[in-house]
Amino acid sequence: MADNIPGDLKYTREHEWARVQGTSVVVGVTQHAQESLGDVVYVELPKVGSMVTEGKQFGVIESTKAVSELYSPLTGKVVKVNDGLSDNPSTVNTDPYGEGWIVEIEPSDPKQVDGLLDAAAYTALVQNS
Amino acid sequence: MARQTPLNAAHRKLGARMVDFAGWDMPVQYSSVIGEHEAVRTGVGLFDVSHMGEVDFSGPGALDTVNALISNDLTRIADGQALYAGLLDERGTFVDDVVAYRFSPERILICVNSSNREKDVAWMKAHAKGVAPVDRSDDYAQIAVQGPKATGLVQRMTKTDLSKIGTYRFAEGEVAGVKCLISRTGYTGEDGFELYSAAGDAVALWDALLTEGQQDGVKPCGLGARDSLRTEMKYALYGNDIDDQHTALEAGLGWIVKLDKAAFIGKEALVAQKAAGVKRKLVGFELTGSGIPRHGYAILKDGAPVGEVTSGTMGPTVKKAIGIGYVPTELSAEGSTFDVDIRGRAVPAVVVKTPFYKKP
Repeated sequence: MADNIPGDLKYTREHEWARVQGTSVVVGVTQHAQESLGDVVYVELPKVGSMVTEGKQFGVIESTKAVSELYSPLTGKVVKVNDGLSDNPSTVNTDPYGEGWIVEIEPSDPKQVDGLLDAAAYTALVQNS
Repeated sequence: MARQTPLNAAHRKLGARMVDFAGWDMPVQYSSVIGEHEAVRTGVGLFDVSHMGEVDFSGPGALDTVNALISNDLTRIADGQALYAGLLDERGTFVDDVVAYRFSPERILICVNSSNREKDVAWMKAHAKGVAPVDRSDDYAQIAVQGPKATGLVQRMTKTDLSKIGTYRFAEGEVAGVKCLISRTGYTGEDGFELYSAAGDAVALWDALLTEGQQDGVKPCGLGARDSLRTEMKYALYGNDIDDQHTALEAGLGWIVKLDKAAFIGKEALVAQKAAGVKRKLVGFELTGSGIPRHGYAILKDGAPVGEVTSGTMGPTVKKAIGIGYVPTELSAEGSTFDVDIRGRAVPAVVVKTPFYKKP
């Protein structure tokens, strides 16, 4: 199955995506991630205003069967969380790059996002996994 | 190398996601766990449960031999009936939970969990007095056809009158021309059948059920849906909710323990426990806070650990975060409250009546 990997996003090895939006960065999980997870039934979000650290866990995503950790692609402050996921966690499955976004982070270092994988590198990672 | 059922290639052809389950390469889902779960609640689903084991006791005295090994009482059922029972050790805790099929007093077939098959066979061989058990697991395949449309589907494929086979009853017949033990049993809370066939006939039977079932919207279902369906019914899963650390009485399975029958392994321990009072019980609960209870999470009362979650999920039909777990007896009554430790958060929960799912 062809993976949907938008060219304008950045990615992590943990199958999260990051979209620069003004001074902040919106984060979610990729199409590949949601497919591997299966039906998402619960997302545990960080608190708005909390600090997150690159590579460290900031939340949890649960499918019917499994609990998976969410790792922050960046260091910074959480400025928004997707509250809609508490009622409709399956949005992560149906629209992972849109309505299924997870958090918005204001990075401590705006350049940090440049260090993430681009679409070509992430595509290679998924194909080799 | 993981073991494969005769249907392994059929699962792969259907695009199933395969996982290792107790050493078996099994489908966890084909499309979506929730979609498959709903198919069984509202239509019909097919499960490959060929990994289950079958142990045969044939010969004069088979019934008495088996009755001394299991907690339930084969003398209280007739030929053609099946019986859910505990295979208990001397402490009254579980070696396994099993279904015993009474063909006649001279032939009893026991269906055991795949994860316990070798252990069970060794246990039965060591403890059987009279007829010797024979492990027939590799000879059998087993397909579960479950859901409100299951009977209609199977009836179109067999001359056996299914209306004559009540719950926990079985008959020998043919389905799609394949010789089967047609058993009105299951692990989903829905009506349906478990079809035991020769291993070599499994693919033909599976394909025929999928083809004939198209008009019913039949879905192949994986272990994911099997688990969420049984959890909504609070059906015990060996290794989660029942094991060799908890007795049949603690597990709330007193109804499969017949203390007034002749001697069986575990009887004395359970008589003593019943007299002394059961100190902890397996209960069903719902979270009243956010999160999902999972196997192994601690149950807390006033911050102190008092028990453990044995199973939990977001129930796809009940649409609630539900769990099963052991708690002290004083916290086991409906309406009792405690917390579940979810990654360091104490999330409130309340004991509810089970099964969680009740047919509308």
